[in-house]
Amino acid sequence: MAWLSPTEWDAVALSLQVSAWATAVSLPLGVFTAYALARWSFPGKQIVNGLVHLPLILPPVVTGYLLLLTFGTQGPIGGFLEQFGLVFAFRWTGAALAAGVMAFPLMVRAIRLSVEAVDPKLEEAAATLGAPPTLVFVTVTLPLILPGILAGAILAFAKAMGEFGATITFVSNIPGQTQTVPSAIYALLQVPGQESAVTRLVIISVVLALGALIASEWVARRLAARVAGA
Amino acid sequence: MSLSVRFTHAFPDLRLDVAFEAPDGLTALVGPSGAGKTSVVQTVAGLMQPDSGRVAVDDWVLLNTETGQALPPHRRELGYIFQEGRLFPHLTVRQNLGYSQQVRCRGRVDHKELHRIADLLGITTLLDRRPGNLSGGEKQRVGIGRALLAKPRILLADEPLAALDEARKAEILPYFERLRDEVSVPILYVSHVPAEVARLATSVVVMDQGRVVRQGPAQDVLSDPMVTPSGARGAGAVVSAQVQHHHPDGITELSAGGVPLFLPKVSATVGQTLRVRVGAQEVILSRDRPQGLSALNIIPGTVETIRTGEGPGMLVSLATPAGPLLARVTRRSATELDLRPGTQCHAIIKSVAIAPQDVGRAPNSLSDLP
Repeated sequence: MAWLSPTEWDAVALSLQVSAWATAVSLPLGVFTAYALARWSFPGKQIVNGLVHLPLILPPVVTGYLLLLTFGTQGPIGGFLEQFGLVFAFRWTGAALAAGVMAFPLMVRAIRLSVEAVDPKLEEAAATLGAPPTLVFVTVTLPLILPGILAGAILAFAKAMGEFGATITFVSNIPGQTQTVPSAIYALLQVPGQESAVTRLVIISVVLALGALIASEWVARRLAARVAGA
Repeated sequence: MSLSVRFTHAFPDLRLDVAFEAPDGLTALVGPSGAGKTSVVQTVAGLMQPDSGRVAVDDWVLLNTETGQALPPHRRELGYIFQEGRLFPHLTVRQNLGYSQQVRCRGRVDHKELHRIADLLGITTLLDRRPGNLSGGEKQRVGIGRALLAKPRILLADEPLAALDEARKAEILPYFERLRDEVSVPILYVSHVPAEVARLATSVVVMDQGRVVRQGPAQDVLSDPMVTPSGARGAGAVVSAQVQHHHPDGITELSAGGVPLFLPKVSATVGQTLRVRVGAQEVILSRDRPQGLSALNIIPGTVETIRTGEGPGMLVSLATPAGPLLARVTRRSATELDLRPGTQCHAIIKSVAIAPQDVGRAPNSLSDLP
């Protein structure tokens, strides 16, 4: 990677790190939320559904500001977590949180669709064969929604890679700390004569996005064939 | 073992009030669609929670709303055979068969037993395939095997043949006969096909509009003209008969209570007891013993009950040495023959009117009868 300057390389590595963490940590919660929204009826379901989708419709800068208010060191949750050494404000962890929150609705939508496609009669059949609810989920539901989980994860990863507005509002744009690829491109664009650096980062963005897309298509097709039972 | 079911439940459009006993053997749950048959099976399985009631196998209580007991489905030790198979698409046939033991015994699957059942059902060659490319009949056999390998205390089958064509039905029916005779657990079998019921059932529970209108041994219920769950057209008595001789002209001679019964060639060994469904439509009644008739079977009997319906037809039940028979005749014929309870007459049955699917092996309990 000799053709990338250290700052650019930092931005790429940080983006990958932030997106991977954002995806990995939000995935179990995403599966749970998607399952709950698809299968359970509980009071306040519409409110939960609305909250999940909020980052999709709010201006990202508003989401970033709200994150700063709640997860900043002065915020109620941020202040609490700081006691345990978990700091979000102006750290890469904050960038991961912002990316995770922004990507969450896309992830939940993809997984929810796949849960809704699972025939509840199969889960009933598993119960009659002696499987308690947790095992029904692990042995029947989970394998059948795996393509949806994968699609949701890749979508979330790609969204996290491109997240800009909420991230820069919440954790600013500190090279090596919180400067992801989009923030780096934005910073470079503010300075004249950096077109070649911008071009390099843009190419990397495009390659990463396309690579993720192709990989997800390939895995999804293999999984779908398996789940179809052929 | 015996399954006892008693419950009430109010649906918006149907009130269920059900009580019956299903002894060892195969109890057919019959009745028009919408009678509540599937709800009964779902209640036994624990997939439906009724307003009030009690379900028990001998003294093992699965549900008792008075004491608040309600075992969840996975603790009811069921074998549930579904109409649509409901095989797990992401698992191989082998994994589907072993599923119950896998989840119950932490992965310890009795492979010997699995192969024995696979052998019994003729699916050994399919073990490594996935359900996606199996035929309907193959899927249903895997479904049966999967239920059996759960080592159930009750077997439930909800119209397991309804999704299959005639050829596939004929392929699966013998397996249910074997289950009935070889598996010593009560089998609750929902069906609305008279031929299926006549061939498989040892007892019959007739439901209509959420209630049990008749229950008892299959031969009694099926020959009762007052109960016709599938309409007068579907009515037909069941006769048990022993194979006597295979004649070289392609006729098999059986003996039903001492009366000879001639059927088109039946593949069964001499001495074996079969059960033969005689459709009420196929029986002609005659006051005198007819001469010069092409029909081979002429069975003397006495009219027991006559049921007059709204249409021009009526159902007549006869007591014969071969057992009770049902005949569907027109009201006009009944008047001309002066049929009334106690009338002596002859039942005439064409051999070819009895189709191969009307003949099956007799359940153990019936073959024990004199």
